[in-house]
Amino acid sequence: MAPPPTPEPRRSPLRLLLILPFIAMLWVSTYNSTTPELFGFPFFYWYQLLWVIIAAAIAAIVYKVEH
Amino acid sequence: MNWPALTVFVALFILVTVLGFVAARWRSGDLTLLHEWGLGGRRFGTVVTWFLLGGDLYTAYTFVAVPALVYGAGALGFFAVPYTIMIYPLLYLIFPKVWELAHRKGYVTSSDIVEGQYGNKWLALAVGVTGIVATMPYIALQLVGMQVVIGAMGVTGDGIVGDLPLIIAFLILAAFTYTSGLRAPAMIAVVKDILIYVVVIAVTIWVPYKMGGFGPIFAAVPPAKLTLAAPAAATYGTYSVYATLALGSAFALFLYPHSLTAILSSQSPGAIRRNAALLPAYSLVLGLLALLGFMAVALKVNADPAFADGFKHYGNNFSVPALILSVFPGWFAGVAFAAIAIGALVPSAIMSIACANIVSRTFYKGLLAPHATDAQESSVAKLASLVVKLGALVFIIFVPVPYALQFQLLGGLWMIQILPSVILGLYLPFLNGWALLIGWLVGTGLGTWMASTTAFKAAVFTLSLGGISFPGYIALWSLLANIIVAVVLSLAFAPFERVKPRKA
Repeated sequence: MAPPPTPEPRRSPLRLLLILPFIAMLWVSTYNSTTPELFGFPFFYWYQLLWVIIAAAIAAIVYKVEH
Repeated sequence: MNWPALTVFVALFILVTVLGFVAARWRSGDLTLLHEWGLGGRRFGTVVTWFLLGGDLYTAYTFVAVPALVYGAGALGFFAVPYTIMIYPLLYLIFPKVWELAHRKGYVTSSDIVEGQYGNKWLALAVGVTGIVATMPYIALQLVGMQVVIGAMGVTGDGIVGDLPLIIAFLILAAFTYTSGLRAPAMIAVVKDILIYVVVIAVTIWVPYKMGGFGPIFAAVPPAKLTLAAPAAATYGTYSVYATLALGSAFALFLYPHSLTAILSSQSPGAIRRNAALLPAYSLVLGLLALLGFMAVALKVNADPAFADGFKHYGNNFSVPALILSVFPGWFAGVAFAAIAIGALVPSAIMSIACANIVSRTFYKGLLAPHATDAQESSVAKLASLVVKLGALVFIIFVPVPYALQFQLLGGLWMIQILPSVILGLYLPFLNGWALLIGWLVGTGLGTWMASTTAFKAAVFTLSLGGISFPGYIALWSLLANIIVAVVLSLAFAPFERVKPRKA
């Protein structure tokens, strides 16, 4: 069979940070705007792409703390 | 006929075919066992899981349809980005738990999990049927992506001749899935991703360079398409549509049999959690890809008479192939089209394997032949994978594309209905199998009815509450009804349950 699973990591309160991407993305009225622009990108687009990076960083931080 | 494109395309396709057959020997295991054939022996580490899940979630249809939606509808099509942002916290928090349960008990499918948790064969059957029914049109949609790029290279014809390239591609797919199981798409996913990244980077550097930056591209798009229309009074309008499409899609995603297969095939919960931080790299690519829709608008590809036929045939789905053909030399268009076609093969293979796992484990061993040997179980799965793919092929050849799209819409809202049974039970131990089955029935029925009110043409239904309307994704509304029914009935049934601890 497969190797034994790694033990359940200790749960850090930082896990709460994982809610932030939901709040940010579901609150559409906060980012439905063309300004301010960044590198020619309207706000609507660069803000959401920025959140891709923030969400990944949050997951990475929580992983580091828990393992 | 675009010969340079076609030559490169065929060469890459042959390479991938060879890889598919070689894969059987990779980290070789006994392919007559279901968890070896259908889960790659549960030995995939972080990197392979990354490619496999990536191949699963970002499919040919995504690469063609998301930009096509942005091309046609503008900002609304960008909901794919918040959708993929929200799936990773869910992946981190919930699925290591599912993996551990499945690993401990030897579960292969979501039906296994449900059957083990509630000991209710009917609920397991409902979950299995939902998975297969929702996946078939999804495979068919991969073929739509493949059809569009084959057509874009000038390979067209009437009747069976026109479908021949697609049939050949699918025979190849069927053959290597049969022999190599999940190892084949895992290996091919690596090639596919390299090609996709090369193409996306080339397009997002070259087109803005030619047009003088991203500014002029966005400036060429009609302003009304750049943002969502502001909602009128007493409605959440496009805001609730955008948010619920993203959230509903995120919930549905990991319930699909093929996503669960990829998750269960990883070697540890740690590999899954690491991927929650690593997979968003694909979301960036997806975001850039979505913008190809605007690049196609800016370059006015639909005004080019050379593409008139393509748009007539494939509608907005032709916008990305047209963009690629208009900015790149033939050979590179071949690379791009191969990336899309191979991007169709990988998820199709995983999807058909996942459905096959359900057929052999739940239907064959669970209901028909409880005493079947492991080898019999595995060979039933291999046969089932052929039948599922054949079904998808027939579907795409005989059902016109607009119908396939409607099935996909229904697929998402059916798939999400197994969430209470598969996921909520891990957190709410009082849930009852029969209550979940009734909840599933209510959610599926309500969702299907809501979709029927739009003649299956839209995924959005408007709820009114206290004079305020919330237009939103049907899947999410019907899921709410499902959960309420399941929870309330579980509490109501509780006093009548004989005291028996649930198998945990």
